[in-house]
Amino acid sequence: MEKYDGGGGGRVRPDDPWYDALASGWGELDGTTAPAAAVPHARRESAGRTGTAAEIYLEVQRSPAFQEVRSRYRRFVFPGVAVFFSWYLAYVVTATTAPDLMARPVAGAVNIAMLAGLGQFLSTFLLTWAYARHARLRRDRAALELRWNTQEELTRESER
Amino acid sequence: MTGDHQTLALLLFSAFVAVTLAITTWVSRGRQGSADEFYAGGRLFSPMENGFAIAGDYMSAASFLGVTGLIALFGYDGLLYSVGFLVAWLVVLFLVAELVRNCGRFTFADVVAARMREKPVRIAAGTSSVTVCVLYLVAQMVGAGSLVALLLGGTNGAARTWTVIGVGALMVVYVSLGGMRATTWIQIVKAVLLLSGAITLTALVLARFHGDIDQLLRTAAERSGHGDAYLAPGLKYGADWTARFDFISLGLALVLGTAGLPHILSRFYTVPTARAARRSAIWSIGLIGSFYLMTIVLGLGAAALVGSDAVRASHASGNTAVPLLALDLGGGAGSTGGTVLFAVVAAVAFATILAVVAGATLASSASVAHDLYASLRRPGARQRSEVAVARVAAVGIGAVAIALSLLASDLNIAFLVGLAFAVAASANLPVLLYSLFWRNFTTRGAVWSVYGGLVPALALVVVSPVVSGSPDSIFPGVDLQYFPLENPGLVSIPLGFLAGWIGTVTSREVPDAARHAETEVRSLTGAGAA
Repeated sequence: MEKYDGGGGGRVRPDDPWYDALASGWGELDGTTAPAAAVPHARRESAGRTGTAAEIYLEVQRSPAFQEVRSRYRRFVFPGVAVFFSWYLAYVVTATTAPDLMARPVAGAVNIAMLAGLGQFLSTFLLTWAYARHARLRRDRAALELRWNTQEELTRESER
Repeated sequence: MTGDHQTLALLLFSAFVAVTLAITTWVSRGRQGSADEFYAGGRLFSPMENGFAIAGDYMSAASFLGVTGLIALFGYDGLLYSVGFLVAWLVVLFLVAELVRNCGRFTFADVVAARMREKPVRIAAGTSSVTVCVLYLVAQMVGAGSLVALLLGGTNGAARTWTVIGVGALMVVYVSLGGMRATTWIQIVKAVLLLSGAITLTALVLARFHGDIDQLLRTAAERSGHGDAYLAPGLKYGADWTARFDFISLGLALVLGTAGLPHILSRFYTVPTARAARRSAIWSIGLIGSFYLMTIVLGLGAAALVGSDAVRASHASGNTAVPLLALDLGGGAGSTGGTVLFAVVAAVAFATILAVVAGATLASSASVAHDLYASLRRPGARQRSEVAVARVAAVGIGAVAIALSLLASDLNIAFLVGLAFAVAASANLPVLLYSLFWRNFTTRGAVWSVYGGLVPALALVVVSPVVSGSPDSIFPGVDLQYFPLENPGLVSIPLGFLAGWIGTVTSREVPDAARHAETEVRSLTGAGAA
């Protein structure tokens, strides 16, 4: 495994405007401050070996770097979808099957139904924020690195 | 309604039309009609611009007029639309926006076709895209019709017909002359206008109640004639189990449909990268969320200030609640304030309709030219001619949408939009998700998944109470009703997923590992993206 930037030849610098909003600290599962740096390098050391475009894509797909990006994406997105989708379904089903429960007043004219509806708005905003943060901190840098490496290989292949 | 309303509203609206036509001319000057330019506006919009344009594309007249009307009439049950329309954006943001941006070029069929045998997949996806867009267009143009009927007083049939035709003609001009660039700017202008209008009215409603939400809720419940039942679910969808399942069906269609709307998906191609696509989705979630929160206040305000009975008297399914509310907030009929506010709101609603209609027309003409025409005609056609086909297709789609809108003019527009969402969720979403996430997905699976969702969704609408067999149907005299629900989503969405799965597991086609690898790598990294 290589260090980030190792074979990249400094093409992607931390002060690249792409990373303008990089923040650190919150929400780090592994507690590192530069999370994306943990992703291994995609490109093979031996620059001499190339294949057709299909082989390049297959190779990148098998590379640990890509697998890491993909699993980071899926580990966030799939549970996220499960959470908001079941919360939304529960809301809709409760509203139809248990209107009496939903009609129970909480404070003044505000009842449980109103709070649940506003809760949906709130959870949507929160999840949006969490997704944006996760993508920015955990995926963007590694994905960009992969993109340049892959495209470089593809260009080299097409020039051959 | 007095003549002042009409004159002022027409003036404001003409100003909007003039500005948008100027934009169309301005942005299309000196551009050679390349496909990138026409379908994707050159792909150089900023996330914020695209976020506003997406919001402008999405916050339709159906929401502004239809949802507020439903809330005014049925209280809490109308609020389901607002919630569903917003939560749906999480599906777009999490699963679709970035990946589609990376994998496709102009239409969502690009994403599917990249992995499959191109021709059958493009024809299937193109057909369903055009269907969804036409349904969506009909909803918007019915909205335009009812707005004019209100403006001119009573149900003036000829005026309504001419408005629908006029709106159709304008959208064809925008789209065929200006392409995506003009459409985007029109949507941005419209989003700003609509949000300003909604903010103004919301502030006025809240001011009327001195910021006391509790008082607003109580008054609305009281004036709705339903008392506390107004603030709880069940008024529209609680009568029996059929109605309840209809509600669940609608909820499902709303939350899953957005990610299958072709005109929303194609908006993500107008930004340079996936990261920009994500940021535009975030912008639009912020804008759309605030907007739907305001529709709740406006709907409640209409019930509280205008009264549900007055709303119902003006339009049976409530489409005119917001203009009536504006009239009341400005000081009532005959007052200057009322006249001005009413005219402003009517003009904003018109602008909304025009912008949304332009977006949907562009997306469907792209599907016709890029997916259907390109697959069905000789393969060597030059790109230039594909754009020419798209311009012609815009005219044809305009004509179809106008004809259907005249037929459906009495339906609630939020409900019509619900139908478009159901079809999008049944036919487009399954194939899109399978292509992006399922390694073994095959061509047969893709084709079956599209038709397996599209055909049941449309067939169930035809045999539903919407078309025949009930007093509110399009053809009340005929009885073809075999399916009890108005919204087919509950049945047709699972069918779309199921058909895709069956098609895949029964086909002997070996899934192409290399093209799956390409889709996966491209979707998550952007390597090789257009």
